[in-house]
Amino acid sequence: MNVTLTINGKEVVAPEGSTILEAAGLADIKIPTLCHHPDLTNVGACRMCVVSVEKARTVQTACTTPVAEGMVVNTESEAARETRKFVLEMLLTDHPNECMTCEVNGECQLQDLAYDYGVTWPEHSGVLHAYDIDPDPNPFVFIDRNKCIVCGRCVRACGEIQNRDVWTFAQRGFKTRLVAGADQFMLDANCESCGQCVAYCPVGALFDKMSLGLGRPNQVTKVRTTCSYCGVGCTFDLNVRDGKIVRVSSAEDSAVNGLSLCVKGRYGYDYVHHPDRLTRPLVRAKWLANVESKVETGQWRAYDPDRPISDSESLVETDWDTALDVVASKFTEVKETYGNDAFAVLASAKCTNEENYLFNKFTRQVLGTNTIDHCARL
Amino acid sequence: MGLRDQLAIPRDVIATVKNPEHRWMAVCRGTGCSSSASAEVRQALCDELDARGLSDEVEIRRTGCFGFCEAGPIVVVHPEETFYTHVTPGDAEAIIEEHVVGGKPVEGLLYRDIATDTAVERWHEIGFYGKQQRILLSNCGIIDPENIGHYLAFDGYSALEKVLTEMTAEEVIEEVIDSGLRGRGGAGFPAGLKWRFARQTQSWPKYVICNADEGDPGAFMDRSVLEGDPHSVVEGMIIAGYAIGAQDGYIYCRAEYPLAIRRLEIALEQARELGVLGENILGSGFSFDIIVKEGAGAFVCGEETALMASIQGERGQPWPRPPYPAVAGLWGQPSNVNNVKSYAYTPRIIIKGADWFKSVGTEESPGTAVFALTGMVNCTGLIEVAMGITLREIIYEVGGGIPMGREFKAVQTGGPLGGCLPKEHLDTPVDFDSLVAAGSVMGSGGMIVADETTCMVEFAQYFMQFVCDESCGKCPPCRIGSTRMLEVLQRITDGEGEEGDLDEIRRIARGMEQGSLCALGQLAPAPVMSTLLHFEDEYKAHIEEGCCPAGSCRALITYEIDPDLCTGCMLCARKCPSEAISGEKREPHVIDTDLCERCGLCKEVCRFDAIVVN
Repeated sequence: MNVTLTINGKEVVAPEGSTILEAAGLADIKIPTLCHHPDLTNVGACRMCVVSVEKARTVQTACTTPVAEGMVVNTESEAARETRKFVLEMLLTDHPNECMTCEVNGECQLQDLAYDYGVTWPEHSGVLHAYDIDPDPNPFVFIDRNKCIVCGRCVRACGEIQNRDVWTFAQRGFKTRLVAGADQFMLDANCESCGQCVAYCPVGALFDKMSLGLGRPNQVTKVRTTCSYCGVGCTFDLNVRDGKIVRVSSAEDSAVNGLSLCVKGRYGYDYVHHPDRLTRPLVRAKWLANVESKVETGQWRAYDPDRPISDSESLVETDWDTALDVVASKFTEVKETYGNDAFAVLASAKCTNEENYLFNKFTRQVLGTNTIDHCARL
Repeated sequence: MGLRDQLAIPRDVIATVKNPEHRWMAVCRGTGCSSSASAEVRQALCDELDARGLSDEVEIRRTGCFGFCEAGPIVVVHPEETFYTHVTPGDAEAIIEEHVVGGKPVEGLLYRDIATDTAVERWHEIGFYGKQQRILLSNCGIIDPENIGHYLAFDGYSALEKVLTEMTAEEVIEEVIDSGLRGRGGAGFPAGLKWRFARQTQSWPKYVICNADEGDPGAFMDRSVLEGDPHSVVEGMIIAGYAIGAQDGYIYCRAEYPLAIRRLEIALEQARELGVLGENILGSGFSFDIIVKEGAGAFVCGEETALMASIQGERGQPWPRPPYPAVAGLWGQPSNVNNVKSYAYTPRIIIKGADWFKSVGTEESPGTAVFALTGMVNCTGLIEVAMGITLREIIYEVGGGIPMGREFKAVQTGGPLGGCLPKEHLDTPVDFDSLVAAGSVMGSGGMIVADETTCMVEFAQYFMQFVCDESCGKCPPCRIGSTRMLEVLQRITDGEGEEGDLDEIRRIARGMEQGSLCALGQLAPAPVMSTLLHFEDEYKAHIEEGCCPAGSCRALITYEIDPDLCTGCMLCARKCPSEAISGEKREPHVIDTDLCERCGLCKEVCRFDAIVVN
């Protein structure tokens, strides 16, 4: 069933049960939000999305108020705009004036709204929170409660998406404070460091600890890629600055995972630039021909400089063709000597479906055995 | 034969309770009197009777609150209704010997009228009770709240029987709508209509919820009903359950009310034993049971959505409405939330009819109002008055006027979210709509009287501090706005007010009223705005002249000793905690203003009015 309502003088047809915010979205009418996120339940906490509804005593939050037949809504009424400005001003009276050095400068919803509504940082003589910065030893999640606007998006993301319920609020009123568990460290409160809370934080209160000081949104190039850890196929943006990955940020338009990532996808990228990373195949010297001359000419290289090439067990960095030739010849040798069922194959969840399919074909048709299994998880 | 007649009703108890000749004594065991040792008084009375072998002839009965708590512990001797005040265990002997045996009231324990300074013997002759009309509190002070037999003696559970045997659910709702009963939680929404909405929602289970999270400072109306007449609330809830089609009830009671909770648990147990609560009530096929849920000390949980969140085990924070609880409340199911008093009226309305209820009070606000009268009045306590009575009648007749002949200044109704009315509004009738028209609200029933010594800025600041402490923190207008508002008020009372502060107050107030999520934030500026409306000069005096006209704000006053009046008795010098007063015996004393902390103790103890506040 649909209902018809009027928003800013425009007739809008929306499904029954949808909110004013959703109905406005259908008509391309933008209503500012802060605590709302389409992935999370609506709580009406931040009051940014207030709109005037005819016959209502006060302004109503568009994110929670269901549409009704004949409803007349004004999203830009004086009362609505005045309330939004008041909310922003109140939030800024308890927010540090640190945009200059803030990690999320340029990608901060509070900053954007302050800009849209012309609210400047208010000088005042009242109290301002002065919490310790980054008091939690979690290696991945950075927290600065002074920047927290108590919108609760992290609380809901953790509870509703990750089902961990690490975050909650403690205390009341002005003293309301984001805490992990019973005011514990994150890791003691069931945290698995997935960083969903960081992804949903609209300001710089929660951030990725590994990326502190390495580059702000306008200083990085975002490169969309698919996670190499498992076969789910999450996509995300590598934040690259000067040819180095400085951060992984999840993206709302990722078809598979949206803003969600696991700890490996979000924080397990440091191997990329690690000096120990293997970049070429290693083959034992005993299975290679002309090792010494190829090493001498620089075509191949000794993997361990302290071990002489003459040692037949030493590893040599070769090229892919050579390495695969060794593998192929060994496979053939085994197949001819012991038969097809001498092979057992274990595929990986780290591969895509397509890769696993090919591996299956290779096992059954090339190696000629049905003995193939899968590790099922990483 | 009615269903009720099948119950194992303790008939001897009923016969005794209803016998007009019965010789018994009511000993108040409400929280107020209990905290001033009424349990010991009761024991002493029992011991005295025992010693004389009179235990079988005189019943000592524990009762609920009489309302006149400042005169407690209270003992009333029946059948003549002799009202004894400030009774100590040591007085037991005199009461038994002189009154019960000798037949003469104990003069020294009687209440003395303030105006005439004469002893008043009987309960209902006391000025405090003169203008009261006790409907809701009719059983308080009469029945033993821990004995269901007493409740039954006063028609208890006959409304339930009537509902189950003679009325359809729709008829019950119709009767409550007809009676004009408006919710006593503060907003005054018609209770019957609320029930109808909950009935109309086609989703089960449904819940009946009693809001007993009374949190206004100094208010104890609901507590007294729960402590003195718990079954009336239980019966009202069962009737509401029948009306809306619910089988489960919750009483959300603040944990700071241990006695109320205990009496409720006893009442529920007794009601289950009797068969008026639980499965298949009175054999009617209708089942309903109630769980008592203790609050954890948050004022905001008196807001119905925060209350339900708390029952669900979540942080006590409100959620936005609509949808209203009648559509989606507790666990997303249709729920009916009413105040303690609203439920307690219901059985009485069912028994006596809607017309009877409408005959009390005003047309738009039928029935009575229960207030916790406190502050600068001679008689403080719990009062029940017919709607429509004026503020003047409450303050000067029930409350006995302002102490020490001081001037009345203002009265605050509706607690920390209510408004303050000055003397021009003293003749305002007390009902839901008139109070709103005058700029205040009925609220759940707090009434605080201020006199000329009360600084209205400080008065407003007190309530704003309360809101700061109790704001749940969910929305920025209330969470941060209340703090910013308090900061402005603080600097005004500290004598550091600035030009533009009043505009700043008005601006923050507007933001909070318009932008806050729930009634707590929306109404929080009311005490400030109403005092600013009626006492703007007083605010300006603080800011522009640096003085507190009421002589109350510590930062703005100095204490001096009038040498002509000072006799040099040295009492003030001995009492002064900061040793700021010096002087020879029988010579005028002086106060060192640098040392003086302006606590006012010297003024309090001076018998010669020699301490002057500037």
